[in-house]
Amino acid sequence: MVNGIIGRKVGMTQIFDADGTVHPATVIKAGPCVVVHAKTAQRDGYQAIQLGFVDDKATKENKPTVGHFKKAGVPPTRVRREVTLAAGADAPKVGEQVLASIFASGERVDVIGTGRGKGFQGVVKRHHFAGGAATHGSMFHRAPGSIGASSFPSRVVKGMRAGGRMGNARTTVHNLKVLRVDLDNHLVIVEGGIPGAPTGYVIIRKAVKAKKIKVAQVEKPKKAKK
Amino acid sequence: MGAMEVVEKSQLAERPAIKSGDTVKVHVKVREGDKERIQVFEGVVIGLHRGGTRASFTVRKVSFGQGVERIFPLHSPTIQKVEVTRSAKVRRAKLYYLRDLKGKAARMKDAAKV
Repeated sequence: MVNGIIGRKVGMTQIFDADGTVHPATVIKAGPCVVVHAKTAQRDGYQAIQLGFVDDKATKENKPTVGHFKKAGVPPTRVRREVTLAAGADAPKVGEQVLASIFASGERVDVIGTGRGKGFQGVVKRHHFAGGAATHGSMFHRAPGSIGASSFPSRVVKGMRAGGRMGNARTTVHNLKVLRVDLDNHLVIVEGGIPGAPTGYVIIRKAVKAKKIKVAQVEKPKKAKK
Repeated sequence: MGAMEVVEKSQLAERPAIKSGDTVKVHVKVREGDKERIQVFEGVVIGLHRGGTRASFTVRKVSFGQGVERIFPLHSPTIQKVEVTRSAKVRRAKLYYLRDLKGKAARMKDAAKV
């Protein structure tokens, strides 16, 4: 059994509980995926599975990539990602399908994607600097301030936080709750937001830092009231 | 049908077509401890916020001289039913001006029966 699947963000909505509680929800089209390549401990030093996300449209690939898919005996897919295997599980064979059925509702998952690009941003937004006062004669508003001493060391130390490009980087959101799994339509609905804009590709994997699920306790007999 | 509609369709409850200016009775389920009962909130719809399962509507009433407004999620399972008792002729989608009017001035003419 593989630990993850490739998905595509569809959008956000909300889901009602029977008691009227509203859950913010992200709809992800998860799969169907095919196993394109299997990495083994003997050859690659670690075990993993390369998945391809089967899209509605056929993709055109260059010759080396076409060859890679030909080996697996599956049509080329545009998006490929590597996922790990569950401990002690048998590796799925190349060409096999991986569906959203690897998840169950109520389970915790991590979603990995590319966050939205924010462009060139200053230190206040990018690094949460406090900035200065807006009024009372303050002439220091959103500037970074001092970035070091003068003649010694005569340089700016490495790693100094500054303005620059923000976002558009790989982002992981941990421990999202799976609200629903719709196998007919290959949909996974998770509670809360996930990185990136709709139509962005993400990896959904079983939560690596999942808290222990509380086992339903046997109800204790109620103490008689005085 | 898009994936979004597939998800939202199962969430939609059957509701009558309500619009601004309607006087409605909203039957809300209220939980009190273990018991559940129905509470009716009657007032004028002063605005609709559409958007699939996220749709909501605002109901205003004057209770003991004090204006009260409640915003209900249209498709919430806590709403047992919505009854439209009256329809008034209005020329705005949002009737926020009713907040500033009192008594006789806040009356509205019935919509012409079609």
